[in-house]
Amino acid sequence: MSAKHAVLTGEHFMNGDVAAAEGGLAAGCTFFGGYPITPATEVAERMSERLPEVDGIYIQMEDEIASMCAILGAAWGGAKSMTSTSGPGFSLMMENLGLGFMTETPCVLVNVQRGGPSTGLPTLVGQQDIMQARWGSHGDYEVIALAPNSPQECFDLTIEAFNLSEQYRMPVLVMTDEVIGHMTEKVVIPPPEQIRLTPRRYTRRPPAEYVPFATGQDLVPEMIKFGEGYRVHITGLTHDERGYPVINATEQAKLVRRLVDKVRRNAERILRVEEDGTDGAEVVIVCYGITSRVAQMALELARRKRKRVGLMRLVTVWPFPEARIRELARQVRGFVVPEINLGQIVYEVERCAAGQARTLLVPHAGGDVHPPEAILRAIEEVLS
Amino acid sequence: MSPSRTDSATRNASPTAPPAAERTALRHPKDLLLREDRLPHIWCPTCGIGTCVASFIEAIAETGIPEEKFAVISGIGCTGRVAGYVKLDSFHTTHGRAIPYATGLHLAHPEMKVVVFSGDGDLVAIGGNHLIHAARRNLDITIICVNNFIYGMTGGQLAPTTPHTARTTTSPKGNWEYPFNVPHLVASCGATYVARWTSLHVRRMRQAMREAILKRGFSLVEIIAPCSTLYARKNRLGTGYDLMKFYHDNCEVRHGADTKELDIEFQQKIAVGKFVDVEKPTFLDRIGAGRKK
Amino acid sequence: MRFWRTPLDRDKFECPHGQVFIIVERCKGCAFCVEYCPRGVLEISEKFNKKGYHYPVAVREGACVDCNLCEVICPEFAIYTECRNECAEDEAAEEASAQPEGGEGTS
Repeated sequence: MSAKHAVLTGEHFMNGDVAAAEGGLAAGCTFFGGYPITPATEVAERMSERLPEVDGIYIQMEDEIASMCAILGAAWGGAKSMTSTSGPGFSLMMENLGLGFMTETPCVLVNVQRGGPSTGLPTLVGQQDIMQARWGSHGDYEVIALAPNSPQECFDLTIEAFNLSEQYRMPVLVMTDEVIGHMTEKVVIPPPEQIRLTPRRYTRRPPAEYVPFATGQDLVPEMIKFGEGYRVHITGLTHDERGYPVINATEQAKLVRRLVDKVRRNAERILRVEEDGTDGAEVVIVCYGITSRVAQMALELARRKRKRVGLMRLVTVWPFPEARIRELARQVRGFVVPEINLGQIVYEVERCAAGQARTLLVPHAGGDVHPPEAILRAIEEVLS
Repeated sequence: MSPSRTDSATRNASPTAPPAAERTALRHPKDLLLREDRLPHIWCPTCGIGTCVASFIEAIAETGIPEEKFAVISGIGCTGRVAGYVKLDSFHTTHGRAIPYATGLHLAHPEMKVVVFSGDGDLVAIGGNHLIHAARRNLDITIICVNNFIYGMTGGQLAPTTPHTARTTTSPKGNWEYPFNVPHLVASCGATYVARWTSLHVRRMRQAMREAILKRGFSLVEIIAPCSTLYARKNRLGTGYDLMKFYHDNCEVRHGADTKELDIEFQQKIAVGKFVDVEKPTFLDRIGAGRKK
Repeated sequence: MRFWRTPLDRDKFECPHGQVFIIVERCKGCAFCVEYCPRGVLEISEKFNKKGYHYPVAVREGACVDCNLCEVICPEFAIYTECRNECAEDEAAEEASAQPEGGEGTS
């Protein structure tokens, strides 16, 4: 594969979906299993055109379940793999996303969120899958979910998602939305040498010494590629270090705790937030994705009115910046949480604020972004 | 042939040789491809799945392809446990999803021989959509479908292959649905190799598996296997051995038969044989051709 | 080996002899090997293994022709055969009539 072809260095005018696809290619993705769904289809379309140019494989699977499975299979075949979907497709992928967490398979899932539930608003925006991203598959696990707010970030964060998935050996979610996905903006793609990539953490041990799920301090096991003589057994059942199914409470505790701890213990390293004027602020807007761009305007309106308002944008929605919210809760009068749903991340903020600061949701049922005035009103309400 | 049972060798056997059953520290030749630390396996006495695995291991050896180039992908269910017993790169996936998983692995790593080893419920019911699409695409993968007419792992429920009138725990008065004719299903979707045998036909099964593995294209071997604990018990068919005897008496070898005529009726004749063996460019062949345009 | 009608090419005919190995603790007593052995080598033992199944015993091991059927049909990977001697030795043995052939198979 030629890196030159994979990375379209230069300045481009492209939408968020296309930028996410280019981000995947720049990160070395060579396998995309997808299924068309508005508003994520452009990711698949771009991949179907571009992957053959880098000797990669695009396959349009029979449904989203198959797409998710195929990228897991491709990952064990040695490829960096990704898929993209939206709303109903995201729901269909949930079971096998769980298989990805359980089998510690690196891959990337781009969810271009639309309004739900069910078929909902295929062509209009929503941010209603944020809790599904966290809790959608059954059982206990931790996720990493990134929320870009521009086509440029769709590119950057898809690369970051690949790096995190290799670093922690797990599926990583890019939770974009319809507006970002269909918004066309300038995207700058750097030269390949300026793109930092995390290689797959392949073992150097010979097959006889390799224990598939044995880990060191960082709780992440070393990986292998199928066909190299390691003869591993990978299962979605609770398994021991050898990968063999063991159905008892002891092994369950050992495995699930490790899967959760590998993210929790590294949360501070994974976390990314952007803050604007949060020091000394009386109100902090907590937002993510497209809503952060509306919130930016509300912030300016409020500042014009000489309100001391700050903004915190969650670049990683999961893990959630609990410690930082707790810290801010002691300093501010309240948090304003605009999101295009009827309350999801607001509960996380409320939990971390723990009664020390007021938390006000600015809800939106979906289909459009908030008017900045709605956020401004919430700020004023907190200050009144 | 009716060989005498008191031939020379019998007479020659040493009276001092230890009885076969008491020889210790034995290593089964198939243990080379088995995770022997996991044996004995979970399958019931007289279950046919173990026999299918034994034939599969022989078929692998016969292909001459290095063992490390094989991957076995299973779904969920009794047959889904095969992946956990073979000492090959193996993946035990979610229910019904072995084929899309195999699709990803095969396309990302085409040098691998990807074999999906799963049951009828897993492949034809919940995974039915993936089965027909994999056949349609003519992916170069091999499917071994062990068909015991029932959901074993969950306790004997109705499967899409349960013959009409057969009883299961969820068809207590007898099944009134039409079952799938698996060879016809995949053949009509474009499979390039389709065979059916029973777990009694160990050598034919091995030969079919070998041919299927070596086939360039989508291949499926359906193996009818006894489930004594559930299917035989619910239908008062005796033991697994009685089912083997039934296969012995009621299987008709009909190579090249029209797959339309391969329906299995409850306790009626079972047509076995190799039904489809054709050449056709695979998914990857066509991708290659498509890219040259 | 005796034949009910001696083949014309008997001198070129090589009939292997097998030795039967049984991994008793793997057996679940299905008796497929006993039923399908074309030479009637096996019988179900009176004894139980640790799991409580009656395992097979090779009561006429000398009759085994190493056809391998028991090994393939066994769902438990609990029985196998190994080739012990070829026709020539067999005939020599037949003539000598009392040479022991077992004992080396405890590997």
